[in-house]
Amino acid sequence: MEWSAFFKYVLVMAGVTYLIRMLPLAAIRGKVRSKFLQAFLYYVPYAVLGAMTIPAVFSSTGSLPGAIAGVAAAVVLGWMGKGLLTVAAAACLAAYVVAMILH
Amino acid sequence: MRYWKGFKDGIPIALGYLSVSFAFGIQATALGLTPVQAVLISLLNVTSAGQLAGLQLMAGGAGLAEMALTQLTINLRYALMSISLSQKLDHSMTTPHRLLVSFCNTDEVFAVASSQPGKVGRAYLYGLTNGPFAGWVLGTALGALAGGLLPASVTSALGIAIYGMFIAIVLPPVRAMREVRVVVLMAVIMSCLITFLPALSFISDGFRIIICAVVASALGAWLLPPPENSQPEDGEEALS
Repeated sequence: MEWSAFFKYVLVMAGVTYLIRMLPLAAIRGKVRSKFLQAFLYYVPYAVLGAMTIPAVFSSTGSLPGAIAGVAAAVVLGWMGKGLLTVAAAACLAAYVVAMILH
Repeated sequence: MRYWKGFKDGIPIALGYLSVSFAFGIQATALGLTPVQAVLISLLNVTSAGQLAGLQLMAGGAGLAEMALTQLTINLRYALMSISLSQKLDHSMTTPHRLLVSFCNTDEVFAVASSQPGKVGRAYLYGLTNGPFAGWVLGTALGALAGGLLPASVTSALGIAIYGMFIAIVLPPVRAMREVRVVVLMAVIMSCLITFLPALSFISDGFRIIICAVVASALGAWLLPPPENSQPEDGEEALS
């Protein structure tokens, strides 16, 4: 792609993305006092994770049975409290093995 | 020491990013960008969905306003995450550090930082973000330069790595706390409804996450206040 056009695009992309992330973190210095907002912000990460994972995880590997096997492995190990790397690796391995067997 | 604790927590994110950005690198060169351009996009944006959409707009010759609006829509969820993260930061996070760390406040970095007990400081956050940033840029370069070398069966199985990590982060609190269980369940149900109901399918992925997170968290805060001792304490980072 032409560099002049590329630079305009990439600067707009990066500028918008950075401002979205930076402004709230730079501006909010104090502790939120409202009990409702405290509880709301406490729940946000968990709700974000739930919404990001399901249903998107089932189309993440190109093989639905493989993805189901990966989720099953991750749920069993995650429920047991295993580390992030262990769970992520087990999910990949399970997805790979099941996709290999079926295809 | 806290740097290395953060770095270690960032390794699974970095590995997941290697695979996701590898796919991004392949796609970028397939759409006519040079490997240097693909790496520049990853270096300056550090966001998966936004970059992929940006790539498609570039290839289609879209206007700059459309590019800005698309990025705003897909990435607005980061504003919500930054607001939430602002409540976790300790006194070491002065303005220059906030300006730097926010550059790398991705979904996964936010999730891991939020799951730490107590407050988090700059040493931990730099450790946590350095590995994933390197993985993101390196994976893009590898994908752009050598995308054809790995078998497709391996690259597609790696696509689940990030989600495996999400599951590992969310399950321990889901298991331990009924309130979190209810909030996550509400978010998951809404996410499925938005994805699968034809009437709601016009909602983009970015807005789907915002809507689910805001509605589920607000309902949770209104109906089921979290346990008292679960709020981050003032003061220094908790020992862990």
